[in-house]
Amino acid sequence: MLCEVCKQTQATVHLTEIVNDQMTELHLCEVCANQKGTQVESHFGLADLLSGLSDYGKAQEPEEISTKACPSCGMTYDDFRKVGRLGCGECYTTFKRSLGSLLKRIHGSPLHLGKSPLRLLKAAKGSKVELLELKRKLERAIDDEAFEEAARLRDQVRRLEQQEQAKPKPKSS
Amino acid sequence: MAEALDALLKQPSEWLRGVGPVSDIVMSSRIRLARNLDKFPFATRATKATQAEVLKLVRETLGQTVTLKRSLFLEMGSLSEVDRQFLVERHLVSREHIVHPDHKGVAIGEGEVVSVMVNEEDHLRIQVMQSGLNLRDAWALIDGLDDELSEQLPYAYSSDWGYLTCCPTNTGTGMRASVMAHLPSLVLTKQINKVLHTITKLGLTARGLYGEGTEASGNFFQISNQVSLGRSEEEILENLDRILKEVIHQEQAARESLMTGNRTQLEDRIWRAYGILKHAKTMSSSEALDLLSAVRLGVDLGLMNGLTRKAVNELFIFSQPAHLQKLEGKTLTAKERDTKRAYLIRDRLGGQANV
Repeated sequence: MLCEVCKQTQATVHLTEIVNDQMTELHLCEVCANQKGTQVESHFGLADLLSGLSDYGKAQEPEEISTKACPSCGMTYDDFRKVGRLGCGECYTTFKRSLGSLLKRIHGSPLHLGKSPLRLLKAAKGSKVELLELKRKLERAIDDEAFEEAARLRDQVRRLEQQEQAKPKPKSS
Repeated sequence: MAEALDALLKQPSEWLRGVGPVSDIVMSSRIRLARNLDKFPFATRATKATQAEVLKLVRETLGQTVTLKRSLFLEMGSLSEVDRQFLVERHLVSREHIVHPDHKGVAIGEGEVVSVMVNEEDHLRIQVMQSGLNLRDAWALIDGLDDELSEQLPYAYSSDWGYLTCCPTNTGTGMRASVMAHLPSLVLTKQINKVLHTITKLGLTARGLYGEGTEASGNFFQISNQVSLGRSEEEILENLDRILKEVIHQEQAARESLMTGNRTQLEDRIWRAYGILKHAKTMSSSEALDLLSAVRLGVDLGLMNGLTRKAVNELFIFSQPAHLQKLEGKTLTAKERDTKRAYLIRDRLGGQANV
C-alpha cells in the first residue's frame, strides 16, 4: 500500500481512530508520518488531519488569523482562546475555519441536525435553508430506517437542488 | 417586587411535588435552550446600552407569548442580595446570573415550570422543569415556547452550525437536558464512581445539586448531555433517557440488595437521621442535606408512615440560606441560620409525621 500523502513510498505507519463508533484509518510512509506526527500530537485530531490532506501544503493556517478581528464586535481569535467565549454571532463567520475544527473536536460532528427558527423556515421556502432542512430530515429518516419517508425526502431534495442550479446567481440579476 | 417574591415563597415550585415517573429516584427533569439575538454582541462584548436594548426587546416579546403572557418579570439589579440568592436556590436562575446583576432579568411562569433568563451568558436561557423523569413533556413545552419566540425574535443561527452561542460547547441545538437523580444506595454501596465514570464515556456529565462546579451533596446528581451539535434534540433526549433508565435500574438494584442483606443497618441509619432532624437545636446546611437524603430514602422505601415525599423535597429547598432568611423576614448570620434551619425542620417533620 502506498502512502496516502505522497503516494510514492510504501506506507509503513497505520493510524486508526474511532470516534462515535466510526473508524477512520490513515496509512502513511515514515517521512510523511513524521511530518504530520507533530501536528497529531499537538492540537489536531486525526479527523482534522484527514480533512487537511486534500490541500496539504497550503493548509498551514496563516499567522494573521489569530490577530484578525471580527468586523462586528472586534474580538480576535486570540481573545477567544483566552476567554473561551465568542463575542457575537458574526464571530462564527469570521473564525469559520478554526471554529469548524474546534466544534468537530468538542461535539464529534460539525453539522447541526436539530430544529430551526420558524422565522427562517417561513421565509426560506425554496431556498438553501429549506434544502438543508430537508437534508436533515432525510438523514434522520435514514437513521430511523423510515425508508419510504426517506425516498420521498430524497426526491424533494433532488428537485430543489435542480431548481437551485437552474437559478441565475443573485449577483447577475 | 418584594410581594411577588413572597408569593413564590408561599407556593413551593411545581416540580417539587414528588410525582411523575420514577419520582422515588428522580427529583426533577430540566431542559434549557440557549438562544442569542442576531446583530447584538454576546455577554463578552456587550455594553450597558446593548444589554438594556436586549432586555427590553426580549421582555416585550416574552410578554406576548401564550406560555409567559402572565409571567412574573424580575430585573436582577433591583433585587436584594437575599432575593437573588433565593432565586438561585429555587433553580430559577443560575449562580452566574446574580454576579453582575445589572441589565439582567428573569421571567417566571406559573408554578415555576417555565423560566427565561435574559442576558446571562446568552441573551436568552429558556428553561422548563418537570417533576420526576419527564423529559418528553419538558421538551414539548420548551419546543413550543421556542417556536413562538423564534417567530418574533431574530435568533443568531447558521444553517450549518445551528444556534450560535457564546460558548462553543453549547453551539448547535443550544440544548442542555438534565435529570436530578437521588442515588443514595449507589453511594452507600460504593458503586457511584463506577456509574459516573461510565456515564462520562457515553457523552453525559454529572454535576452537583446546583449545577456546574458544585459538589454533589445530599446524594443528588445532575446528569446531563455534553454534546449539543450533530444530533437532533430528540436524539439527545432519547440517549439521556435511555442511560438514565439504566442508572435508575442500578440504584433500584442497590436499594433491594440493601433491603435484603442489610435491612437493620439501613433502617437504623434512616431512623437515626430522622431522630436528629426531629430533635436537633442547630444544624448546618450540609448536615441537613445528608440527613434529609437518608430520610428521603426511607420515604421512598416505604419505611416512614405519614411523611410525604413532597414534604421532604420541600425541606431540601426551604432549608437553604436565602429561603430561611425570607421565611424569617430578615437577614440572619450563619449561626442564626443554623438555629432557624433546625427549628424549621423540627416543625415541619413534627406537623407531618405522627411516628
